[in-house]
Amino acid sequence: MSLLEVSDLAVHFETEDGVVRAVDGVSFAVDRGRTLGIVGESGSGKSVANLTLLGLTRADNARISGEVTFEGRDLNALDSDALRAVRGDDIAMIFQDPLSSLHPFYKVGDQLVEAVRVHRDVSTADARARATELLGLVGIPKPEGRVDDYPHEFSGGMRQRAMIAMALVNEPKLLIADEPTTALDVTTQAQILTLIERLQSELHMAVILITHDLGVVAQTADEVAVMYAGRIVERGPVKTIFDRPQHPYTWGLLRSIPRMNTPREDDLTPISGQPPSLINPPSGCSFHPRCPYVRPHHREVDPRLEAVPDDDGHGAACLLDPETRRRLWHELERGHDPEQARATVGLGSSSG
Amino acid sequence: MSEPLVEVRELVKHFPITRGVVLQRKVGAVRAVDDVSFGVAHGETLGIVGETGCGKSTTARLIVRLLDPTSGEIRFEGEDVTKLKGEPLKRLRQELQIIFQDPYSSLNPRKTVGSIIAEPFAIHGLKCEGDERRRAVQALMEQVGLSPEHYNRYPHQFSGGQRQRIGVARALALSPKVIVADEPVSALDVSIQSQILNLLRDLQRQLDLTMIFISHDLSVVRHMCDRVAVMYLGKVVELATSDQLYHHPRHPYTGALLSAVPIPEVAGPRRRELLGGDVPSPADPPPACRFHTRCPKAQEICSQREPPLEEKAGGNVAACHFPLTDAEATERTPTAGAA
Repeated sequence: MSLLEVSDLAVHFETEDGVVRAVDGVSFAVDRGRTLGIVGESGSGKSVANLTLLGLTRADNARISGEVTFEGRDLNALDSDALRAVRGDDIAMIFQDPLSSLHPFYKVGDQLVEAVRVHRDVSTADARARATELLGLVGIPKPEGRVDDYPHEFSGGMRQRAMIAMALVNEPKLLIADEPTTALDVTTQAQILTLIERLQSELHMAVILITHDLGVVAQTADEVAVMYAGRIVERGPVKTIFDRPQHPYTWGLLRSIPRMNTPREDDLTPISGQPPSLINPPSGCSFHPRCPYVRPHHREVDPRLEAVPDDDGHGAACLLDPETRRRLWHELERGHDPEQARATVGLGSSSG
Repeated sequence: MSEPLVEVRELVKHFPITRGVVLQRKVGAVRAVDDVSFGVAHGETLGIVGETGCGKSTTARLIVRLLDPTSGEIRFEGEDVTKLKGEPLKRLRQELQIIFQDPYSSLNPRKTVGSIIAEPFAIHGLKCEGDERRRAVQALMEQVGLSPEHYNRYPHQFSGGQRQRIGVARALALSPKVIVADEPVSALDVSIQSQILNLLRDLQRQLDLTMIFISHDLSVVRHMCDRVAVMYLGKVVELATSDQLYHHPRHPYTGALLSAVPIPEVAGPRRRELLGGDVPSPADPPPACRFHTRCPKAQEICSQREPPLEEKAGGNVAACHFPLTDAEATERTPTAGAA
């Protein structure tokens, strides 16, 4: 049994405009010492799914269903007080924007002390010693001189380190990092990712890393889940996802970003169209309006995440058969555009 | 290189730091851009990369004369345009246009898309007759991939990518010769970024545009640019052709930047060179070589004498006493192992 198992999680919000199906039946699991990367664009539901694990989306207009089993307990069934005891203790979260996540009025050290004392019955002095130790652990130089600084006295990278220190203060078993490096420069990003990796192996934590950056995922995750319109459309071990992806959306993501190691002259192949509305999602496969390989029945049948045959741990939610998908990816990898790939594989036109 | 279309010489921009509310005293200066020189040839795309606070956006704003430089010179078609005012400045602006980073805050929410794109015509008193302006705007919308019938819609009715197309259309309205694009895709979703990048590349080819492309994303810059300038704390530390810069960086800072870029590929580990600490404050930059406090190759001389920006092996221009060797460059670049 995994440390965290999420099964069929759905989060719908009732709004004046209709029901927003932010997360629509998502299942995943993560073990201690492992990193799950969740990739998706804004609005794909990756953040809402993880906020829900911590009970942070509980609102009057939210309809949450499914199970979130952490060490055998269903977190969705816990009341707010019981969940608060888990949050920040067994499960901690780092947010994207460290400036708005730290309270500007309180010293960084005091905020860390609070995080300790909420969960542990220790003296302020002990908690303070722990806070200082942690600031040192996350690589803030001369931590004893910095615990009494205010957040605005820290640089962006240092604030993110302080956030990480706060998340680690109670040695969580699971760390959820929501776009932890998106607001940072590449050199700082490299520092923070290296730090998370190091702490993970020292503390044997499970990590869920949420990001839109495929590069970050490739370098840090063990398993990857690709989300689109509130669902997981593909998942598998990281090497599988990058070597032989099976979902047209994953292909689109991989082929639309400029890379450091492809010929500069190559044009990018964008994913056409716009991310879908979550209030009126497209019928059938939610990716069909943007999919270059769409067949008529894809507009009616809703695909399920199914195992890819003969590929361990690999799943995709696509109505094309796995062999066709394998051949399409092969064509794309040879540098063909989606039109050519489609013709070579003999998929016919989208209307036929 | 023939006569550059746009050239900056010893460009400096200091923002004063003041104390006091009524009697303001100048107590220092943020040296945002500190002696920057480069030229951009006709039809070329020059990239400017660097981290937050390195002065790349300030440089962009100086070039289009949204800010006045503290000293130095900006030349356009061989003519000094640094001090232009009034009518001549207005004429210059027809030739130099800028695309901003944030398509949410750079479009007036109370105006229709049609009138936003027509604004340059209104300012410059062009295309005033009857339907002429409307037709021109609709042609522009079509050119950037927007439906002309959305002429009367408001910005909030468009997605981020479409908004950035509106910004591009507005910048193209006066048929400028030069486009300065300041982080044009940073605010967009991954799947949308490439739509805008392809659009900019196509337009550049069709319209024979010269482009200055500013971004912190090294992969995007590599894709878009012929030559790249790397900035650190208000200075250009390296300038080279894209291929040369990304394969054979000479400045240790360029090497560190390249080694930090995560590659979407699961391969053997490459040397991820971690720079210690943070970028120092541009209000109080380190003496001599500004990178010496974080440089893995720094020696005593680096804190005493500023290295000149000069040609190094391979034709890169770099400001460094101890440029990277070929072997050091190779282990830092992601291009090395890949086909």
